[in-house]
Amino acid sequence: MEMLVEEIMNTSVPTLTPTHTINDALLLLKAKRIRHIPIINANKEILGVVTDRDLKKATPSTLLNSNNPEVYELPLEKIMTKNPIVGHPLDFLEETATIFYDNRIGCLPIVSQGKLVGMITESDLLYKFIELTGSHQPGSQIEVRVPNKTGVLFEVSKVFYEQKVNVLSVLVYPDKANEDYKILVLRVKTMNPLKLIEALRADDFEVLWPNHPGKIL
Amino acid sequence: MKKNAVFVFSEDQLGYKFSETHPFNQKRLTLTVDLLKEMNALSPSDIVAPRIATDEELSLVHDPGYIEIVKKASLEKSETTNYESYGIGTEDTPIFPHMHEASASLVGGTLTAVDYVMEGKSVHALNIGGGLHHGFKGRASGFCVYNDSSVAIKYMQQKYNARVLYIDTDAHHGDGVQWSFYDDPNVCTISIHETGRYLFPGTGNITERGTGEGYGTSFNFPIDAFTEDDSFLEIYRTALREIVEAFKPDVILSQNGADAHYFDPLTHLYGTMNIYREIPKLAHELAHQYCDGRWIAVGGGGYDIWRVVPRAWSLLWMEMNDIKTPEGNLPKVWLDRWSKESPVPFIPTWMDPNPLYEPIPRKAEITEKNKQMLEKALYALRNQQSYKNHQ
Repeated sequence: MEMLVEEIMNTSVPTLTPTHTINDALLLLKAKRIRHIPIINANKEILGVVTDRDLKKATPSTLLNSNNPEVYELPLEKIMTKNPIVGHPLDFLEETATIFYDNRIGCLPIVSQGKLVGMITESDLLYKFIELTGSHQPGSQIEVRVPNKTGVLFEVSKVFYEQKVNVLSVLVYPDKANEDYKILVLRVKTMNPLKLIEALRADDFEVLWPNHPGKIL
Repeated sequence: MKKNAVFVFSEDQLGYKFSETHPFNQKRLTLTVDLLKEMNALSPSDIVAPRIATDEELSLVHDPGYIEIVKKASLEKSETTNYESYGIGTEDTPIFPHMHEASASLVGGTLTAVDYVMEGKSVHALNIGGGLHHGFKGRASGFCVYNDSSVAIKYMQQKYNARVLYIDTDAHHGDGVQWSFYDDPNVCTISIHETGRYLFPGTGNITERGTGEGYGTSFNFPIDAFTEDDSFLEIYRTALREIVEAFKPDVILSQNGADAHYFDPLTHLYGTMNIYREIPKLAHELAHQYCDGRWIAVGGGGYDIWRVVPRAWSLLWMEMNDIKTPEGNLPKVWLDRWSKESPVPFIPTWMDPNPLYEPIPRKAEITEKNKQMLEKALYALRNQQSYKNHQ
């Protein structure tokens, strides 16, 4: 199943309008501990985005003793990024990650039928990728170095099936040392992977594991 | 008269048994008790029987629905119930007869220990049957059905209004206890463990510091595979001293898993019996310095049940009772009695032979890396302290 933006986006997004002031935005960032504010009109149409960086640029340095209270009363209209890049609830997660990367942006307002329906930030994406690695659930990690050929994943997972070990996630990396090989990183739901490692080794798989001098696994 | 310490134990605790071949094996309790008796370090008057935790007590931490599932699993085989989604009936935590009663009895043991200490009937208390730190709110994990330490901490908060410091030196991250109190500023959890790079459960990074009101009251010290005694103890001593000093607990609960030893089959740390002599010393000292002596200790992991656990947990009990650390050989009677059953030759002495293993090639780097981790993990606490001192 592919993952869609609508499954991970934030739907309760704090917003402001173009006539709100810089001070309003600073207070909102602080109160909600966020870094990005979509700027919308009464019809929930997206007009711009204000980020903590925009606000820092617009306000006097804390190191200067200048007293410029009027700056804080200026409308967000003056500093917001107009016509920001937006996404759609049905966009794919991978595509969306590429948009962040290519455009070096920190947030993506999600728009449907002309209205703001949600937002995704860099942090949301990062967390989603952490979840995909399975490392937020209790498990042991096993790495297997395998030849880069068809059917290897099946052979490996057969051993996991036979040992009745539940696999939380599988990642496949190229082996930097030898491109004829790949590294399978598997997170498995067990505290005792010893039998599994034994079985993998019995089938001639190379298990990467802390190397035990003088200790036989 | 107020006792110095009680030893919570009964044969019932041996009923927590998954199978003949499962690595979690409570035979280690029998071996420990027998070793202590042969040392004349444990008398019948020191021993108190554990009670069974009530459903109400278990639900201080666990979902009532989960408790019902465990009860059901203890009684009948059910094809229709998806036990696996509750973490039981798995290879790690198989279902066994009377699973609920056996698990509730381990929790009850820790509650018995708590009551003795918090009611002032004894200064310290030990329940080596406890320490099941992977148990979650609604799910078993890593050989643990119910989480005795989590229940005991909640119980101490409610019944005694206590501020609790939990220190976990098991080689695996104390995840269940950490997540139970992650947002609670009145419970401080500390876990020193092998990094989650390969080892279960994978969590316990230094960045896990608590959340909301509880931010800054969870501490994690993940140490590298192949970490040896000196580096382990440096982390333990520095961390525990500084955190206790800052947190000022009313009571210390220590989890004493004995699986950071070189012999342990499930982990990759290189501890020797030295760490099990030293760990309880500092907990004991700080309990007297900050908590009027209140110190409750529980067991935990420990999968070399012959060569490691009995010695480690005996040293714990002897430290608790100010019995001088024994030197030389283990009692011959004990060695003779159990050597027939043990699949491995015993270490016949209290301390391990030196050296116990081939030198570690990258010892200096591992020590340096652990030290850097320690600095990072304590950075916020130290800054906050110096900030306070300047005010």
